[in-house]
This record gives sequence, structure tokens and C-alpha cells, in this order.
Amino acid sequence: MSVAAPSASDIRPVARSQSLKFYGIWVIVAIGLVVLPVIFSSGGSLTSFSLIGIAIIFALSYNILLGQTGLLSFGHAVYYGLGGFAVVHMMNAVAAHGWPLPLPFIPLVGGLGGFCFAAVIGWVMTKRAGTVFAMISLGIGELVASSSLILRSVFGGESGITTDRTALPHMFGWSFGPQIQVYYLIAFWVMIAAIAMYALTRTPFGRICNAVRDNPERVEFIGYDPHVVRYLSYCFAGLFAGIAGGLTAINFEIANSAYLGAVQSGLVLFATFIGGTAYFFGPILGAILVTYLQLGLTSLTTVWQLYFGIIFIGIVMFAPGGIAGILMMHRPLLRAGTLGTVIPSYLLALLPTLVLVGGVILGIETIAHYTASQGEGNVINLFGIPFNATTPSTWIIAIVTTIGGFLVARMTWRRIVEAWDRAARGARDQGYLA
Amino acid sequence: MTAAIEILNVEKRFGNVGIIHGLNLSVAQGERHAVIGPNGAGKSTTFNLISGHIAPTSGEIRLNGDVISGLRPFEINRRGLSRSFQVTNVFARMTVWENVRCAVLWATGHRYAFWKNVDDLPEVRQRTAEILDDINLLHRREVPAGLLTYAEQRELEIGITIAGGADVIMLDEPTAGMSHAETERAVALIRRLTEGRTLVIVEHDMSVVFGLADRISVLVYGHIIASGTPDEIRGNPKVREAYLGEEAH
Repeated sequence: MSVAAPSASDIRPVARSQSLKFYGIWVIVAIGLVVLPVIFSSGGSLTSFSLIGIAIIFALSYNILLGQTGLLSFGHAVYYGLGGFAVVHMMNAVAAHGWPLPLPFIPLVGGLGGFCFAAVIGWVMTKRAGTVFAMISLGIGELVASSSLILRSVFGGESGITTDRTALPHMFGWSFGPQIQVYYLIAFWVMIAAIAMYALTRTPFGRICNAVRDNPERVEFIGYDPHVVRYLSYCFAGLFAGIAGGLTAINFEIANSAYLGAVQSGLVLFATFIGGTAYFFGPILGAILVTYLQLGLTSLTTVWQLYFGIIFIGIVMFAPGGIAGILMMHRPLLRAGTLGTVIPSYLLALLPTLVLVGGVILGIETIAHYTASQGEGNVINLFGIPFNATTPSTWIIAIVTTIGGFLVARMTWRRIVEAWDRAARGARDQGYLA
Repeated sequence: MTAAIEILNVEKRFGNVGIIHGLNLSVAQGERHAVIGPNGAGKSTTFNLISGHIAPTSGEIRLNGDVISGLRPFEINRRGLSRSFQVTNVFARMTVWENVRCAVLWATGHRYAFWKNVDDLPEVRQRTAEILDDINLLHRREVPAGLLTYAEQRELEIGITIAGGADVIMLDEPTAGMSHAETERAVALIRRLTEGRTLVIVEHDMSVVFGLADRISVLVYGHIIASGTPDEIRGNPKVREAYLGEEAH
């Protein structure tokens, strides 16, 4: 640290090149969203992209609470679901009365619905943070989910309330019947919501949210009421969750009680945490991965929830920073130029780790098939190789690859740790790592 | 002229245990006032009472003539009183720069603004840079506060306390755990930064107390037994007996 001590007047606003880089990222994302359906044009991938886009908004809204303000909510789907119902009712009203409100503006109604409910209920909820808040959010979640089955006129009971998105006034000649048009509508809102939520983190309010997350007690002694900060944060999270729920209602042309249930609340917590709460882009990665897994795994295996659980436990235990945390760990090494010394140990670990994972999957599938779905035939198709769940050889292969893979993989993991330590030392010497 | 801080007959009980009883204390505007006393005398409780961290069971506390007892800490802070903590109490995951900037935001009138870009507020940037320059942490501004050395964290603690521009500053053992050289630096820093403001300080290091304070109050068992200039306190037999006996030869 032999740098000449800077003086107060040296502190300049963000450099122009940096803000250019910043806007560049958003422009690239926007272009990517536009060309994505051109590259992957099948109906299935369009549906997936639409769901991923919605999941991104939802997870980012959840991270306003968890990552930015330090509030662990178990009932965030309430705002998502209420946004969905607000949108369905609005769409039906628009269609019935012939109001001149085109579909692209409708998600705002969902946002308003989420915001209003959060504004009404949030003041009491955010009085305390921590366990108290988490428990109340769980209670409110259950309360709303169960009332959705009781208040039939509003929530439509178990079947939900349907709508027809093409019945609304058209805009630019788009009827929003085809999935591609809905995809672009969602992509548009993903951009708007993501930029708005990022901008929110860069405001005085957004910075104080982080301060409340780190140390609510001290915040009180620099002039802020942490309760007000948590409340505002809660309202914003409700707003954006409502937009996500509204887009879901448009996408499926239905809103039902499953939207605001505990499963949905669990999924968003899951996606946000796996992606990583400490960085703004973390929940985006988590939403992409979880939605993709959800869509892909459900068609591949009956025990997909088990894999979700294993992934979640693995992240909580070994990488609490999530995917974003793992990626950002490498940044100082990249800057110091020592990342290259770690890569070979990664490659070395790849094969045994994959063998281990394959063994575990084979084991799980064999047990699942043997116990649960005996009637549906015993052949498991794994990576194109058929395995028969009733033959001992399959069990032996599963056991051998799991144990053998683990023993070999463990040695390669140690090499990663050693290589990592060396690389980190190099980065520390150059001042890139504290 | 009204006193900066006036404590009138304050009592604080936790259940049946009385921590503070019959506490009377007056700190004049611009005065550097040290509160000393043996461990468990109630010094930190007194700080917590004045800053609104806890409310008094009975009695009244005034700041510049206005009653503040019973107000929340942020309300008291907005009226111009700021305090530091004995155990470092910073925003650990945020950078040094952000720590100080957060403490500047309310005072510069930005409050809960969610429509302004925080990097685009010249007066906030200017003031943050000045405070960091004052506490000699400008070169460490990009480091997360949790990774600072202990002495640096103590300096940041003082920086956050003064950043809002409060005219009454309360420091709770600012030099605790510091080496001799670090203590000297910290005292010089405190002297410079509290110029023209009212300072209330709790401190165990007697050289700091007698070097810095205009007036000293001695707190024993939740009660002020003496209050006066350093010379008066040094000569007071009650104080020598109760507290200074073995420490200030």
C-alpha cells in the first residue's frame, strides 16, 4: 500500500468509461432478449423463456427483501398471487366494459395490487426483523392462501379465475394470442423491472436498506428509522412481485390459489438463495437455473423435488454466497492473473465428480423405480444407457460409482483447495484480495 | 445559555434492580465533558439513556432545552446528538466509503429518497470525502468495514458518529483496546473533530480524560458523586477514595 494518500478533492463521480460499460450491459441484455426467440424458435423454448423471465422479476423482487434489507420472508408468493388475481380481474373488466387499456400496461395493475396489499399489511409486519418477521410472513402466507379457497367470488375457489388476453384492445396490431408476442411482452417487462430494481439499489434509500441489513441498531443512530426502511422495502418487493404475478396470469390466462401458496414462496426463496443474494445479478442466475431445472427435471424424473433439495442443501452448506458468490470469488484471481493456476485442478476434478454425481443419480433413480413405480416398468434410461432397476448389477454399478467416485473426487477437491490457496496468496500479494 | 445536555433526576430500573438513581448532570454548550467511574457504575447506561437507546424509568433529559427522554434514537439523532459505541458498531459488509456516506445522507436531507442516484449527489460525495480525509481512511475507502484493522474500525466509528454534523457528540470509550501510539492519534483526532461542538466522553484511560476534558463527572453506583474541572476532581477526597485511589497516583 505505497499509493500516495489521495485527498478529498480527488474523489470524482463514477468515471465515464464505467457508466458506458454499465449501459452497455443493459443494451446487450436487451438485444439478447430480442434475438433469443430467433435462435431458439420452438414453441417449448418460447414457453420456457417466458417462465424464466417471470421468475427473474419475482426472484429480484424477493432479493429486495432478503439480499438488500436482510428480511427472510416465507410468504412472498402472496404478492405474486395477488398481483395475478388483480390482473385477471382487470383483464376481464377491460374486456367486459371495452375500456381502452391494451395488454402491455396490464402488468402495472398487478404491481399496484401487490404494492397496495404490502402497504396495508407491511407496517405491522416490518416492526421487527429476524425470526419475528419470518414467522409473521409464514402466517400471513398461510392466511391468504387459505382464504383464497374460501373467498370464491374473488379467487374462484380451486379452479381459479380464467381470462382471455386476446379480448383486450390490440396494440401495434398485436393480439398477444401467439406465445412469441407474450414472450416479447414479458421480455419488455423484465427489462423495465430489472432496471428499476437495480436503480433502486443505487438510491439513498437503497443504500440505507443495506445498512439496515448489516446493522439495524446503528442505523437508528444516524437518523433513520429501520422500521420505515423495512416497510418501504417491503412495499417495493410487493410491487415487483405483483408485476411478476400479473405476467404469469397473462401468460397462462388464469390465476388460481396455487400462485399464492407456500410452494411458490419456497421456490422463490430457493431460486434467490441458489443464485446468490449478495449480488444484484445473483437472483437472475438462480431464477434461470431453477426454472430450467423445474421444467427439465419434472419431465425426466418423478423425484425431481429430491434433487432440488440436494442442490439447495449443497449450496447452503458449501457455497452460501450462491452461484454469484462462487463466480465473484474468482474476480480477484482474474485481476491478479493467478486464475490460470486453478483451472487445471478444476479440469482434473471434473471427471471423478461427474462419476460421483452419476452414481448418486443412478442410486436415487434405482431406489425410486424399485419402490415407487414398479408398475411402470423397471428400465431407467440414464444418459442414453438403459438400466434395469431389478437387476443386482445396476445396484452394484450405482454403489461402486458413488463410493469410488467420491474417494477419487475427494483427492481432486483437495488439489483445488491447495491450488486455490496458492492463487489467492498471489492475488493478496498484489493487493487484489483483502 | 441553555445547557447542551441536562439530566434531571433520572432513574433507571431493570425490574427491581436500580442501575441509575437520582442522576443529575449538566453539560454546557461547547464543553468537553468526561464521565468516569468504576466498572458497572452505569456509564454506558447513562449513554444509552441520553441517546434514546433505552428510556428512563423516571426523570427528564433535555437536549438544548428540549425534552428528549422517551424519544427514539433516530429522533434524538435528528435533533443534533450523535453517539459512538464501545464495541465497534459499523456496517460490516459495506465499504468504508458507504459507511460514512450512509451517515451523511439524513443530514444532507436525502432521507428515504428512492428517486435520486446516490452517486450523483455532489454535496454527499464532498462531505463523505471530507470526513474520510479527517479520519485518515480515504485510502481505505473501497475496503469492506469488516476487514479493517481494529484501530481503523475505531476511527471509522468516530467518523460515522461525526458525519451527520451533530453538535453534541458522545463517544463511548473511543480509545479502548488501543496501543499507546494509537491512543495519542485518536485523542488528537477527537480534539480536532469536536472543535466547536459539545463532547461527552466515557473513558477509562485517565491520561486521555485529564488531557481532553474541560469538566469531569464521577459516576459511582448510578449516582454522580462529584462534578468539576480536572483539578477539582483530582483534589476531591471522595473521588480519590471511590475511584482514583489506585489509578491516578
